[in-house]
Amino acid sequence: MKVKQIAVFLENKSGRMAEITSVLARNGINIRAMSLADTADFGILRLIVNDTDNAKQILKDNGFTVGMTEVLVIEVVDKPGGLASVLQTIKENDLNIEYMYAFTQKSGETGLIIFRFDEIDNAITALSKSGVRILSGEEVYAI
Amino acid sequence: MIWNEEYETLPREALEALQLKRLQAQVERVYASVPYYRGKMDKAGVQPGDIKALTDIKKLPFTTKEDLRKNYPFGLFTVPLERVVRIHASSGTTGQPTVVGYTRRDIKIWAELMTRCLSAAGASPQDIIHNAYGYGLFTGGLGAHYGAENLGATVVPVSGGNTKRQIMIMRDFKSTVLLCTPSYALNLAETMTEMGIDPSEMALRVGVFGAEPWSENMREEIQKKLGIQAIDIYGLSEIIGPGVAIECTEEQKGLHIMEDHFLPEIVDRDTFDPLPLGESGELVFTTLTKEAFPVIRYRTKDFSRIITDHCSCGRTFYRMEKITGRSDDMLIIRGVNVFPSQIEHVLMSIKDVEPHYQIIVNREGSLDSMEVQVEVSEDIFSDAVKNLETLAKQIQIEIKDLLGVSCKISLVEPKTIQRSEGKAKRVIDNRKI
Repeated sequence: MKVKQIAVFLENKSGRMAEITSVLARNGINIRAMSLADTADFGILRLIVNDTDNAKQILKDNGFTVGMTEVLVIEVVDKPGGLASVLQTIKENDLNIEYMYAFTQKSGETGLIIFRFDEIDNAITALSKSGVRILSGEEVYAI
Repeated sequence: MIWNEEYETLPREALEALQLKRLQAQVERVYASVPYYRGKMDKAGVQPGDIKALTDIKKLPFTTKEDLRKNYPFGLFTVPLERVVRIHASSGTTGQPTVVGYTRRDIKIWAELMTRCLSAAGASPQDIIHNAYGYGLFTGGLGAHYGAENLGATVVPVSGGNTKRQIMIMRDFKSTVLLCTPSYALNLAETMTEMGIDPSEMALRVGVFGAEPWSENMREEIQKKLGIQAIDIYGLSEIIGPGVAIECTEEQKGLHIMEDHFLPEIVDRDTFDPLPLGESGELVFTTLTKEAFPVIRYRTKDFSRIITDHCSCGRTFYRMEKITGRSDDMLIIRGVNVFPSQIEHVLMSIKDVEPHYQIIVNREGSLDSMEVQVEVSEDIFSDAVKNLETLAKQIQIEIKDLLGVSCKISLVEPKTIQRSEGKAKRVIDNRKI
């Protein structure tokens, strides 16, 4: 149920994103989803890729600070209110969201939301119980 | 081990008698042979005959780096150049280099003092000594080299730079003693990890580190990362080079000063009035036996205090407290004195923060601003912005608490701060004053 996500530390310097993406491209790593959190001084790039362990090692070897965390990828119906009901469940269960980002699939029928929870196991229990579909790692890496 | 039992354990009374005898002879010779010193003494109204007790030294004028520069290159030598067998010089990054000279006897004494230091650090003829101090005009490389040879150890004169090759040599030769600057020791440790070499594969047992001020936290860091005992050595080229003072392995509490050759004093940081030895102030040295380049009351700009307590190692030489700052390195930020070593202390007291940092000082309008760059290692990195901002805030608060100055903490990518190949460059001061 848990999906592995890579996080990379970025100084606010021009060209760093390009370096990361080209390093990954050279090594045949495909990016599934990404989001960039930025502050005035630095950024954190979060990536879900098709080959997490390999990507992490490659970035490390290229001098980047890389971390690995586990996130949940949830499927929501691509229509008004699709996300609202999921967030309602999260609220009712008192789960704290560290951050979230979204992407859509080719089919266009469902959207995928990536959640980083403080307490991932509690989140899995609560969301599963309320019938939310949580994608497995294999599903996400293969998208 | 004590290399020179006779001198290093001399009872204080005999030692002080020897110091007085040597001081009188030194002052007399300097007065007779160097017009510049004679002029200064005449102006101060003091003659060599006025030195009747060790405390009379305070009648003599100080010597500063400025005096050395004024007499560039050989103006303060007391012997003709044909008796000078070696020249060393400071890098001269802040102006004209300062030049020092040695007679054959000076070199011999220097080697003896350096041997005493290595012995105090636990080295013996069985050791393989990896000497990564820079060879050349800098006194570190050759100074340590002669001492290690005199000890009878096997010296590997690698000098600075080419870090990966150094590590292979160190591993293949099974070097047991490492001599370098503390910042370079950390660079070596980091490079070993990068190369996939576990520092415990090394035969290293002890390191003798000097030539830059370093904090106790940095010592712990080096000891932990390299798995060795880290010993502090003190010296400066104006006095002789490395070998002026050394920590003993027994106590590692302060550095024994080679008092049979150098007379230490402590003076007030601002007024330069002599202070009792136990008080903290600027360290001043007078050489007692130097031939080519003696100095009288040289103001080192290093801050310390003298420990007069008995030491369990058996040496009777007083100890100087580990130097934590030099007035040369001192930054004045919005009127507050800041030493890079204080910032280092704060950084290293926070878990997992890397010992690589740089301080950048700017002036915007009439206001100074200080930025401390800290590398984000994997251990402190988090995918959540909040955590990194909290860490930066924590560093900022702790620096503010210790120094009373606020600064900006910039988190930077690993390896972006230049690694030390010798003396670490900790401060970039962009102020135009």
